[in-house]
Amino acid sequence: MLRACLRGANATARTNFRRCRPNNLQQCRHYTAGEPSGGAAKVVAAGLVTVGGGVGGTILYAKWDHKFRATVEKNVPYSDQLLGLALGPPLQDVRSEKQVEVAQPPSMMDKKVKTSKSKSEKKVKEEAAETSPAAPVQSLEDTLFSDEASAEATHIISAMGDAPSVPAPCDTEAAAVKEECAECHHHDDSTVSAAVQPEATAAEAEPLRERPEEEVTARLALQDQQEQDVLAAVSVSLEDSLASSAKATLQAIGAQEAALQAVTRHTLRLKEAMEAEVPPQEKSAQWKDLEVSLADRNSAVDDATAALSKANEALDGLKSVIDESKGLKVSAVRPLVLAAEENLHNMVVDLDKAVTKKQTAESEAKIVSQYSELVNEAKLQFQKEVSSLTPEIQANWKSLTGKLSPDDLNALIAHAHRRIDQLNRELAEQRVREQIHIDSALEQQKLEDQRALEKAVSTSLQHVREEARLDQERKLSELREVMEAEMRTQLRRQAAAHTDHVQDVLKVQEAELKADAEQVLSSKMLEQETRFRQLSQEQLDNFTLDMNTAYARLKGMEEAIDSHVIAEEEARKAHQLWLSVEALSYSLKSADTDSPSMPLEGAAQAVKESCSDNDFALALSSAFPQESLQRGVYSEASLRARFNSLRSLARRVALIDESHNSLYQYFLSYLQAALLFEDKQAAPPTQLSGEDLDPFKLLSYASFCLEHGDLELAAKLVNQLRGEARRVVEDWLTEARLTLETRQVISLLSAYANAVGLGTTQAP
Amino acid sequence: VSESKHGRKWDRCLADTVVKTVTGLGVGVVFSVLLFKRRTWPMSLGSGLGLGMGYSNCQHDFRSPYLIHGHMAKQEQTLTFTS
Repeated sequence: MLRACLRGANATARTNFRRCRPNNLQQCRHYTAGEPSGGAAKVVAAGLVTVGGGVGGTILYAKWDHKFRATVEKNVPYSDQLLGLALGPPLQDVRSEKQVEVAQPPSMMDKKVKTSKSKSEKKVKEEAAETSPAAPVQSLEDTLFSDEASAEATHIISAMGDAPSVPAPCDTEAAAVKEECAECHHHDDSTVSAAVQPEATAAEAEPLRERPEEEVTARLALQDQQEQDVLAAVSVSLEDSLASSAKATLQAIGAQEAALQAVTRHTLRLKEAMEAEVPPQEKSAQWKDLEVSLADRNSAVDDATAALSKANEALDGLKSVIDESKGLKVSAVRPLVLAAEENLHNMVVDLDKAVTKKQTAESEAKIVSQYSELVNEAKLQFQKEVSSLTPEIQANWKSLTGKLSPDDLNALIAHAHRRIDQLNRELAEQRVREQIHIDSALEQQKLEDQRALEKAVSTSLQHVREEARLDQERKLSELREVMEAEMRTQLRRQAAAHTDHVQDVLKVQEAELKADAEQVLSSKMLEQETRFRQLSQEQLDNFTLDMNTAYARLKGMEEAIDSHVIAEEEARKAHQLWLSVEALSYSLKSADTDSPSMPLEGAAQAVKESCSDNDFALALSSAFPQESLQRGVYSEASLRARFNSLRSLARRVALIDESHNSLYQYFLSYLQAALLFEDKQAAPPTQLSGEDLDPFKLLSYASFCLEHGDLELAAKLVNQLRGEARRVVEDWLTEARLTLETRQVISLLSAYANAVGLGTTQAP
Repeated sequence: VSESKHGRKWDRCLADTVVKTVTGLGVGVVFSVLLFKRRTWPMSLGSGLGLGMGYSNCQHDFRSPYLIHGHMAKQEQTLTFTS
């Protein structure tokens, strides 16, 4: 627009200049002789300056106002290139902003993802640190779960496309944990299996323990029998051994007492022999008695020792038997054993007592014998001395009173004095040593007494211990008896309870079984009844079915006959319809070029009459547009011809629309139509894009379609025209629509008539 | 027929313009002769006026389908009671 104005202005300026130039030239001739081309140069320069100024102004304004730039680029061809050269590419702010926005969210998402990943890593590391010191199974399980979750998180994160940095130690730890857990599981399984095994063995052992009752009773009876036998045997043996040991002990005790007596007798005799003043015959008799008694004593003592040894043997045998019988573990033997033990103990005690008595007597006898020996020695010594002094003197000096001389007597008295002195001295010595001897003897005695005491204490202790043990055993046996009695009563009670329970259970079972049997009976009865009813019903049903089928067939035959008649009627009707539709389609062909066909009213009416009962055909036949009924429709050929003339007009007003409709636009549009060349006919694409909506292209597509007989597509394409071109082709479009509608209705009707006719036509 | 309407419009348009121009020229001539001492400018003015008027009419005629006629409508205030 501006350019045009500028051009116009330039043209007017030029014409003005041209007009004025002769004047100027004339005037210039008057004033100046030179510069004939100065004016031209000035004009050229001025023109150039104006042009340059205009262009520069346009460019500056375009730089400042983008909309202006867009309009200039749109309206003036090749201005976009010029402006691009001068100003650079037009800013596409919106798009870049959008791109920036789009770039930002992904970066933010990346940040979030990274933070979450670091968090999960931290968590996993913490957990790993926590669980590595702790090792109980529960914490292992927890770590397993958490590790699984973290592994999932890592998987998700890696799937999001970031560099996967799955923490390796965590994985290995997880793997290790998993292994450990597997081990734990294995261990658990093994323990379980181990636990199962003993159970199994126990279960296996179970059947061993459970034995049938008869076997148990037989076994018990056998056991009792055995016990009885053992008891009898043991009692017999015990009695035997007891008897023998008692005999031996009694014998020993008797022997010990005899020995004791012999010893005491001997001691007495010895004492008497020592001290008594007895005439020599009696003395020798005494001494003989003494010897006899000594021999007695020795024999008695030997007998006693032998008997003691025998008794000890017997007692040992009894003890061994007792121990054996103890080892048998038969409860009934115990009281016998206990009694035997008591007897044994008593015997041992008596035997010991006798032995101690004998030993004391023996010790006394020893002392006395020692004393007697000493006395004998002294006597002998004295006799020796006397004899040494007076060899003639005989032992018995009392009878020597008349035979001795006074010298002998003096010698004897002197010897006696000397002897008295000596004896006095010895006595004094002896008195001196007496104390020492007494002390040593006392100590010896003490030692002996101590030994004896210890022995006595030990023996008494042993006895006491034995007594205590025996008491305990007695008490134990009593207690056992009491308990057995109690147990027996309890068992009796249990047995009674068991019998009661068994009775109850039997009653309940009886009731249950009765109920079951009754139920079974009733169910069987019911079954039989239902079967009977079913069979009878079946029979009835079959009969009804047969009757129904026969009736239905009869009906079918009647219907077939009726429908035959109906079908014939239908066929006739269809024939009529088809004929009327054919007439209608023929009437279409009555259109000449440039004149429409005859009005289709009559034919349409005929069609209506021929299909009075068919709603579909009625609807179709009343779907004709009014124009076609009243006036008729144009043929395709006439429309084609009309289009060709229309095309040039449409081309000419292609630029005109609501906004561009000034005369200048008309001029431009005419110019465009003159200058623009397009294909006469171009095949339309299957899909119209934006650039195909150019009126020239549309018109070429439409001609192509028309030439190929596709009025519908041509009308569709022409329908895409807009603006003045559209207004120009409006009438043609309406006519084309009418024709298409009518043709569509007729084709539908004919198709329908054909279909109906095909269905009903019967070959002769 | 819509395609012939266009042609008819042009005919009308051109005829009208010519008539107007000539009329204007005539009036200009008359005025020039009577009032303005046989100057040329009334003639060109008159013809220009006529041409312009014809052009404007032509343009209006061609634009007529696209013109939107608007009315000022007073808004009727209706009182509505809500119960």
